[in-house]
Amino acid sequence: METGWVERGSIYLRNLMPFMTILILVIASVLPWHIPGLAPVTPAFSLMAVYYWAIYRPEKLPYIATFTAGLLQDILSGGPIGMSALVLVLVHGVVRSQRSFFHGKPFLVIWWGFSIVAPVAAAVGWSAASIYYGLLVPPIPLIVHVVLTILLYPFIGFVMTKIHNTMLARA
Amino acid sequence: MRPNRGRAILQVVSFRRLMKRSGFIFFIGLAVALMIISQVEPVFLEKSRTNVTDLATPVLGFFSRPAASVSDVADSIDSVILVREENARLRKENERLLQNRLLFSRLKKENEYLREMLNTAPDPDSDYVTARVVGDAGGPFVRTLLVAAGNSQGVEKGQAVVASYGLVGRVVEAGRSSARVLLITDLNSRIPIVLEASRLKGILAGNNTDNLVIDFLKIDSSLSIGDQVVTSGEGGAFPPGIPIGYVKEIREEMVIVEPWVKLDKLEFVTVLDYAIPGILPSTSRAGRAYMID
Repeated sequence: METGWVERGSIYLRNLMPFMTILILVIASVLPWHIPGLAPVTPAFSLMAVYYWAIYRPEKLPYIATFTAGLLQDILSGGPIGMSALVLVLVHGVVRSQRSFFHGKPFLVIWWGFSIVAPVAAAVGWSAASIYYGLLVPPIPLIVHVVLTILLYPFIGFVMTKIHNTMLARA
Repeated sequence: MRPNRGRAILQVVSFRRLMKRSGFIFFIGLAVALMIISQVEPVFLEKSRTNVTDLATPVLGFFSRPAASVSDVADSIDSVILVREENARLRKENERLLQNRLLFSRLKKENEYLREMLNTAPDPDSDYVTARVVGDAGGPFVRTLLVAAGNSQGVEKGQAVVASYGLVGRVVEAGRSSARVLLITDLNSRIPIVLEASRLKGILAGNNTDNLVIDFLKIDSSLSIGDQVVTSGEGGAFPPGIPIGYVKEIREEMVIVEPWVKLDKLEFVTVLDYAIPGILPSTSRAGRAYMID
């Protein structure tokens, strides 16, 4: 009886893993890292995780999870409420609809896909923020942010793969 | 019987797809609706926002220490190498500051005496709260800090936030135990300033980069590179004379200012309560200071 309960708890936790990883990356992106020049161009860590799970485990990532993570990011960063939620849900939906294309493809194809998704997501965020504030958000930090996001994807992708293989293999 | 069953399965499958698609549309719509509401009625969501921030602050506080230690490792390697040099420099600086303190104390007394003679209204007292920085909004859209002090420590919306060398920003949201600081570099930051040497006045605006721009400034020959930029105190939100930065570059119709404070290195900030008598309600906490860690 006890084993059953533990087993159920373990499955439940494993099912929550994609959401938890996104949540951790949301918190990481609002921590003060004290690295000169990093804050305005902090990479979109949560976007990387959403992209990964939308391809490999979309059934474990409902839209409400991406929406909640995005909303938390907006609340903690002090940005327009709903902006990150909009970007993450949009990326989630679009990547999910194209996941059959990415399945079984080598990592370089996945990275190439992300190098298209990241600028589009940034452009959506930029448009939403510019409309919200009623002025054009300077594009230079945004460009650096996109480049860093793309360059760091292999690292986050590697960590996600490790978590995927060890914690979700049996779920 | 079989075709009916097949049709039923098909219906279930397409219903699920519809649910998935409608979930996508629903959350996109909800996100857009939240953006519109927070723009049209900011107060409506502000309370919920500060409540969530209050809850998240201890978590961020817990994780911000290991995050800080990442950069501390690099800093401490530098410190060990330069410790002797640094020690000598600090001794000299300490000597100079002690001399300055004596001078300031004499000038303060003289100033008070002259003000009394001229019957000038005294400047309002300012209290302060020192708070740990637990969050730094990462990303290109907004420049804010989250500090672990709120209403219960006397932090209120609108108060000025400073660090040792100058102005950091102002409090834009204050919860029970946390507050959000809009940095001087944020796109929406506007601060009335005066140039110390030329006494030219203007509005200092952020643009989400490391530098600031002065708007509404009549550029003339009295302006020069290196001029100190300080708060003018107009509008009553900030005490006058807080150093902000210096003029770094003068372009045709633009003056670029470099802030004194390295905003990405802040671990603690000081929130000033600059209550103007008769305008803002007095909190009568003169002379008290809080240290929030």
